Amino acid sequence: MERCAIVGIGQTKHDTMRIDVSLPGLLREAIAKAFADAGVSWGDVDAVVVGKAPDMFEGTVMPELYLADALGAAGKPILRVHTAGSVGGSTAIVAASLIQAGIHERVLTVAYEKQSEGNAMWALTVRIPFQQAIVAGAGGYFAPLIRAYMTRSKAPEDTGIRVALKDRLNALKNPTSHLVFPDVTYEMIRDSPLLWDPIRYLETCPSSDGAVAMVMTSEAAAKKAPNRPAWVHATAMRSEPTMFPGRDQVNPRAGRDCAAELYKKAGITNPRKEIDCAEVYVPFSWFEPMWMENLGIAPEGEGWKMTLEGATALDGDFPVNMSGGVLSSNPIGASGMIRFAEAAIQVRGQAGEHQVPDAKRALGHAYGGGSQFFAMWIVGAERP
Amino acid sequence: MSEAKPVRAISTPIRLEYSYTAGRASTRFLRGMAQGRILGQRCPECGKVYVPPRGSCATCGVPTEEEVEVTGKGTVTTFCIVRIPSENLSIPPPFTCAHILLDGADLPFFALIQECPFDQVRMGMRVEAVWVPKEELGPTFECIKHFRPIDEPDAAYETYKEHL
Amino acid sequence: MRDVAIVSYAQSRSVRRELGANEVEMVMPVVREAVERSGIPKKQIGFTVSGSCDYLAGQPFSFVSALDAIGAWPPISESHVEMDGAWALYEAWVKLQMGEVDSALVYSFGKSSMGDLPEVLTLQLDPYYLAPLWPDAISLAALQARAFLERTGRSERDLAAVAARSRRDAKASPRAQLAGDFDVERLLADPYLVAPLRKHDCPPISDGAAALVLAAGDLARKVARRPAWIRGLDHRVEPHQLGSRDLTTSVSTAEAGRRAGVGKGAVDLAELHAPFTHQELILRDALGFGDGVVVNPSGGALAGNPMMVAGLARFGEAAERVMRGDAGRAVAHATSGPCLQQNMVGVLEGE
Repeated sequence: MERCAIVGIGQTKHDTMRIDVSLPGLLREAIAKAFADAGVSWGDVDAVVVGKAPDMFEGTVMPELYLADALGAAGKPILRVHTAGSVGGSTAIVAASLIQAGIHERVLTVAYEKQSEGNAMWALTVRIPFQQAIVAGAGGYFAPLIRAYMTRSKAPEDTGIRVALKDRLNALKNPTSHLVFPDVTYEMIRDSPLLWDPIRYLETCPSSDGAVAMVMTSEAAAKKAPNRPAWVHATAMRSEPTMFPGRDQVNPRAGRDCAAELYKKAGITNPRKEIDCAEVYVPFSWFEPMWMENLGIAPEGEGWKMTLEGATALDGDFPVNMSGGVLSSNPIGASGMIRFAEAAIQVRGQAGEHQVPDAKRALGHAYGGGSQFFAMWIVGAERP
Repeated sequence: MSEAKPVRAISTPIRLEYSYTAGRASTRFLRGMAQGRILGQRCPECGKVYVPPRGSCATCGVPTEEEVEVTGKGTVTTFCIVRIPSENLSIPPPFTCAHILLDGADLPFFALIQECPFDQVRMGMRVEAVWVPKEELGPTFECIKHFRPIDEPDAAYETYKEHL
Repeated sequence: MRDVAIVSYAQSRSVRRELGANEVEMVMPVVREAVERSGIPKKQIGFTVSGSCDYLAGQPFSFVSALDAIGAWPPISESHVEMDGAWALYEAWVKLQMGEVDSALVYSFGKSSMGDLPEVLTLQLDPYYLAPLWPDAISLAALQARAFLERTGRSERDLAAVAARSRRDAKASPRAQLAGDFDVERLLADPYLVAPLRKHDCPPISDGAAALVLAAGDLARKVARRPAWIRGLDHRVEPHQLGSRDLTTSVSTAEAGRRAGVGKGAVDLAELHAPFTHQELILRDALGFGDGVVVNPSGGALAGNPMMVAGLARFGEAAERVMRGDAGRAVAHATSGPCLQQNMVGVLEGE
């Protein structure tokens, strides 16, 4: 298996509506930054891998066909990955696999959503004949699971508020953030309206337009890159069915198995100590403690302690979502890849104000569907 | 000629028509609904009962055919209080949605709780299905309007904790 | 490059409208058959990838429910592309090339009968300039056919001959939807659907599902008497704007074919994903196939065209013939997008 390096990363400024750019314009904004970072241009790319969430969010079927022109893909292979919310992560993994399999030298991967162009809310709750109507929205699906976690773990009721506060403070240090609350406080979050009890408005992710792009290369091509690469140390994906008897949706086995395989491939036996920081898919603040347990960073039932102790803060011993996370920017199709990209940004020392000092190994995590699709990677500053 | 502003956006309405198929398992379930019955299916390998049935056991990957009828009584395993209006519901918030484990079924069913103050719903609460009037029955999930509490002691945590 | 082979294939019979079964019920028997025939226990399969399209199914996240057909427990390493299953095959092949796993299950499904397929496909087009004009897929194909006939001097009779041959050959396939003996003169007497295309020049609307299993090296040799080795596999896309490219040739097919090594040896047969009759001729030209190469012994997409499956089916049909010993070297092709915009070519060989 070949080594894979990430030599260029670019993101758009994420926002509610990016009406200043067309759909291809949004992607090219991210790609231009990635190219500048990588010191390459369109002619240097061998293949393109696109990821995004359901086509109904924008109303174009199989958009890789339309985007082929804007992505400079004519004459090249182009793939489009779709694994629900984890898509950004699985797209990065597919792109990396093209390098790791020795098929291409340089791959451009981009994930995006321009959900302001369609009606994402409609697409997420559309009534399908013969199926039960979704009456409670995405938050309504996850809120009962969060309540189950609170019961199981006996976590303090304000754990979610603390996570949201941390992520929103981190967002102030990330120029690409969509939601920016310069005056955010614990009380502001606590007093924001409850949407699906126990989830409050300010503990919830936004709906954003945005894109993220990465240039991945072989080891040989990485030598020509002007900036320090991040190296892929391990990747893993797992899926489980949505509904089956005895399914644990709070601590899904697919997540645990995925993390276990990931650590084994990366040679990690103590993830809390051996990983310096993590970008984890947290669309509702309570998912941070839940994922800390699912990822084996904290023992089962104790994920919330990490939050309370400040361990997951930017200056803690295991910073999580230094970028502000999904709570701050959520172009659905891109969010998973943003996590993967931010992990790489950390080990390349490029994170500016939200940099974890001396980060050598970082975890990128994405999930989707009913907590059933998982994609993860470990990237490092050192060549594996 | 007055100065024309650049075109910044266009609106392109899209309309597509689809015909949906319920599938064999859903058809059985929905016909059961029309008769005021809740029909599930049991997996021949693991023996678990799916309500509503999907024609396959998701973990074993085999077809499920054996029909099992369950009553409308069940236990709330977890819930949430919805405080924002829903697109698909005319009931004003706040209202409570819950996962309900019907007696005899092996996985919970997502449903609305009514006829109970929204903040008194609790895990372990015993509930029963409330059906639409007989003349309104038809092959649809909407035959069950909601679930309401019944006068039975709460189920012990152990009996449903594996479904959380 | 690692030796990877197709070791089993299964496909449902293409039907105009699958009314009884939903996607899960359609996929399940096909996946079971492919896995059973592969000789590899389901739990040992290292990776699973599927291909499908939400707009075909009329609902977002439509591939998620199909997972119930697989029995993904304990959790599996799994992925999905919103493309024809041939591209899922490609992703699986890449995974096996990496060396981390030795086998993969690939499946895809589509129920074109649910919506108005030509209109659904219109939404593949540029949303700013093309889609709002609603040119449907058949009209675009007709545009391409007109240009092709004029440039090459081929005739509508040549197109009808492709249709007649395909449906005659399809009589031997239990999976075909449209099979039978059609007289070319009678076909030419039919009115145009969208000139110069007549109904027989177009594929049927089909519902269906297919699955196959890939295995690498020694595992393939162990489980299959005669694996269909993938000796080359490549895909390329062309510009989207129809005016930017020559619709009468398929440069991406030629390029993919070159990189897959089509020209390195004699080709016994080819399964080409040509939903329209003129497209078979374009693809033959692109791959340099003279009349000596048998094309679409299965009947091809003209005999059954379940969207998101028809491309994977070309690989499956070609592989089956190699595995049976009916062919020593076969070419499989899949296409996506309007007027052959994106193309994949694979070369399959018996040992």
